[in-house]
Amino acid sequence: MATDPRAPETLSLATFTQGIWQENPVFVMLLGLCPVLAVTNTATNALAMGLATLFVLLCSGVLVSLLRKIIPKQVRIACYIIIIATFVTIVDYAIQAISLDLHRALGAFIQLIVVNCVILGRAESYASKNTVINAFVNALGMGVGFTFALLCLGVVREILGFGTLFGLTLFGASFQPWAVFALPPGGFFVLAGWLFLFALIRKRRAAAIPEESHVA
Amino acid sequence: MSPDSHAFIFLNAFLINNFVLAMFLGLCPFLGVSGKVKTAWNMGLAVIFVMIVSSVCAFGINHLLVRFNLEFLRLISYIAVIASAVQLVEMFVKKFSPALFRTLGIFLPLITTNCAILGLALFQTNREYDFTQCLAFSLGAGAGFTLALVLMAGLREKLELADVPDTVTQAALSLMIAGLLSLTFMGFAGLGG
Repeated sequence: MATDPRAPETLSLATFTQGIWQENPVFVMLLGLCPVLAVTNTATNALAMGLATLFVLLCSGVLVSLLRKIIPKQVRIACYIIIIATFVTIVDYAIQAISLDLHRALGAFIQLIVVNCVILGRAESYASKNTVINAFVNALGMGVGFTFALLCLGVVREILGFGTLFGLTLFGASFQPWAVFALPPGGFFVLAGWLFLFALIRKRRAAAIPEESHVA
Repeated sequence: MSPDSHAFIFLNAFLINNFVLAMFLGLCPFLGVSGKVKTAWNMGLAVIFVMIVSSVCAFGINHLLVRFNLEFLRLISYIAVIASAVQLVEMFVKKFSPALFRTLGIFLPLITTNCAILGLALFQTNREYDFTQCLAFSLGAGAGFTLALVLMAGLREKLELADVPDTVTQAALSLMIAGLLSLTFMGFAGLGG
């Protein structure tokens, strides 16, 4: 499927789906881990962070792709960072206007989207070489994949750490919250757990393929 | 200790709210360059230097921006300062220690996108530290980053000799260890109270 990574890719379903599963930015490429661990103590925070990142990813992807013939090679990284920083500033002010509580919960991590390696990585390795539509679709896939990963962590940590999901109480009064999952170490443990689970699935699949068929 | 004292700011950034293990800042180099103690130590020193330079610059820039009512440009100007500081360190290291330059590899220019450094600049602005407090904060944060990196590298050097099941991929194992380290660092929470 991936022939020459430098050649412009033709638009296909894979452009969208690779970000969600095969090249999931968090679970496969291990990029942008800082927000993944820092703001996923509740599912609501995780969702908000995911959507904010998705927005920046989309806008910067489209703009970088539009400007790809104008930006000189030598200063491209600086240009990308400035483009990204502009959109992050927009998101930061937008969230402040929509919900001040959410802004307080996410803290400096909204502004830290600037240094999220997923976004710069996409700009450098995809948007700068492909057409606007491709860049848009690819960024959408990556953003959805990133949000999905954040939700995976947020849901587990909120259920175990607070006994709630999106703020709704799930268990009876006798539930004893497992506080460590709401605290920093919990983030590391839950992500390690998910990675372990995916490694296990991949191993099972790899073992199953030669038995079932040899069609490659 | 009062929360504004320099000693408390230093300790807080160094141990209690360690940038890597409690705030999750700078995880990429933490997982990427923590293979050997020597490299981890050098990386830590480079980060401390960039942190001090960018903290001082960010302090000056913030004053200018506030004077001219241009706070919305804060993020963009901070990132530009950090990028130039990293460029400076890169040229310095390349000139004086080509061997170190090769070991750090891609992670040296990537200090630009190290969230610990931008995080430091943003936190010191949010908390309205004065100049000397900024210095204490950046020193503490840098030292804390180096400590976490060196500890992790030490553990991973030992781990190479251990027999672990191969399903536990490199990353999952490193994260597990990071979680345990983070759990240990929570013990410092009462320090300096």
